[in-house]
Amino acid sequence: MSEQTDFLSVRGLTKHYVQRGIGRRQTVHALDDVSFTVARGETVGLVGESGSGKTTIGRAILRLIEPTAGQVLLDGTDVTALSPRALRRFRKRMQYVFQDPYASLSPRMTIGEILTEGLVLQGVRGREKRRQMALDALASVDLPADALDRYAFEFSGGQRQRIGIARALVLEPELIVADEPVSALDVSVQAQTINLLRSLQQRNNLTMLFISHDLGVVEYVCDRIIVLFLGRIMEIASSETLLKAPRHPYTRALISAVPGLDPDADRSGQQVLQGDIPNPANPPSGCVFRTRCPHAIDRCAAEVPPLEEVEPGHFKACIRDV
Amino acid sequence: MATTPISHPRAKSPARRALGRFGSKPGAMIGLAVFASLLLLMLVHPLVSGIGPNTIDLRAINQGPSASHWLGTDGVGRDVFARLLEGGRISLLVAVTSSVASLVIGFLIGAVAGLGGRIADAIAMRSVDVAMTLPPVILLLVLASITGPGIGPTILVISLLSWPVLSRLVRSRLLELGQRDFVVASRGMGAGLGHLIWRHALPNSIDILVVFATLQVASAILLEAGLSFLGLGVPPPDASWGNMLFAARSTTVLTNYPWQWMFPGLALVVVVLAINFIGDGLRDAFDPRSEGA
Repeated sequence: MSEQTDFLSVRGLTKHYVQRGIGRRQTVHALDDVSFTVARGETVGLVGESGSGKTTIGRAILRLIEPTAGQVLLDGTDVTALSPRALRRFRKRMQYVFQDPYASLSPRMTIGEILTEGLVLQGVRGREKRRQMALDALASVDLPADALDRYAFEFSGGQRQRIGIARALVLEPELIVADEPVSALDVSVQAQTINLLRSLQQRNNLTMLFISHDLGVVEYVCDRIIVLFLGRIMEIASSETLLKAPRHPYTRALISAVPGLDPDADRSGQQVLQGDIPNPANPPSGCVFRTRCPHAIDRCAAEVPPLEEVEPGHFKACIRDV
Repeated sequence: MATTPISHPRAKSPARRALGRFGSKPGAMIGLAVFASLLLLMLVHPLVSGIGPNTIDLRAINQGPSASHWLGTDGVGRDVFARLLEGGRISLLVAVTSSVASLVIGFLIGAVAGLGGRIADAIAMRSVDVAMTLPPVILLLVLASITGPGIGPTILVISLLSWPVLSRLVRSRLLELGQRDFVVASRGMGAGLGHLIWRHALPNSIDILVVFATLQVASAILLEAGLSFLGLGVPPPDASWGNMLFAARSTTVLTNYPWQWMFPGLALVVVVLAINFIGDGLRDAFDPRSEGA
């Protein structure tokens, strides 16, 4: 990917939450020094278990939460340095699709109001023009025009999620951050929604960050995958390479944890992680994964493993070569 | 995938459904009927009756209820019924105006505190703390000494005293609302504070506002009556229920001319009760959990 110009470049993105209690003060490391790049039109998956910082990355890039440190460059503009006013204008170019289709649509607005809200905010003039754009967005997610005057509670989860996608697309953004867009949906609706998102992404040449914990979905949708653990990047590789030839022990554990459909399948080679995810307020020294890693040695506790390129386009943060 | 038309009938908006629930509450409807008919009486009476609130009938001083003076007369021969209705107009004017004022101030300050970030929150909530420490009687004495007692200062004092409670209610609602995905989405599309307050905060705290407004009208009527009874509210010769009670506080009047205090007191109780019933009905109507009941 290095020969392409980077459309999105994330540099040293860090988010710490300081918790103040009586007589104590602790820092939760939600995100620590995360750097990666995404080319225009590329779909990159962010994978990791709960609490690994997937959502934090997505929201920090769009500045829905303020990062503690680091830079986000979108098409050459440093998003983290924009003034509040400039940021509001810039938001047109980057949009978010939420996980929960029930919480992400206002119960007190009609679908038409929800879809035109962003257009009003971005100064698109003319009620008729906005209505037409909302209708086009509805049509692009296969919803009927009469949905415009209805309320969100009249729709199913899958329909609501498509409304959420239409809301993001109506502003004609260049970057979409999709935060587990199908994990709250029925399996039967998941495939439909994924295919819709993928075809919209290809048709509009969108750059997409796709956050998920479902490796199967990510492999299907994404060109490249970033594996996160406890707010740090463990491994980056193209989807095919990552699933066929993972280099990081954590990625291997994640892949082997994907359940198969065959109950009689041989699971003797399965690698099951012991223990829980460490406390992000008190992360392990050195490699954050070492407490659960079957290959950990003393040196893992001593230094933070750098993200190194093991072969072109394939990065891993592990000092062991196992 | 095929476009499937949605064929079921168009659903009502959330506000319409709340209104429907309100209509099915007998207590609230009785309260509304009583309040509406009293209001109608207050507004129509001066147009059809020849006896004004300050018309003095020297042949009828301290007279009991009769055909010419339905609720009797007071110590200077004024018609109690006419004064009662005039007092109701002034009491309600004071109560409604001050409630609207405290509604606007309370909502805006609560909204800025809840959505405007940590610094705005700190400033707004400290001003709430200060406003909550204001002692009503002393504040009114100070104001009265500057402007003289009257309807205007009374409205001002009641508004200044009652908005902090609303600010706290609105703030806690909006602190939670600000984390909801659809508000995050709105910010993500470029919404500033004004848009968030107008398009999201207002419709999502309308239940708090409506209930506060009705209950506040009731308590403002009582506060006005209390202030006027102390001689600090609406000054004579203007009538208000509070200063009618104030005028009738001597033992002679209490024992010999009960119509002079009984009727304003009764009116006060009935109106405040009716408004409280309406407020309770509205609170239930806006609470989605009461849907099945």
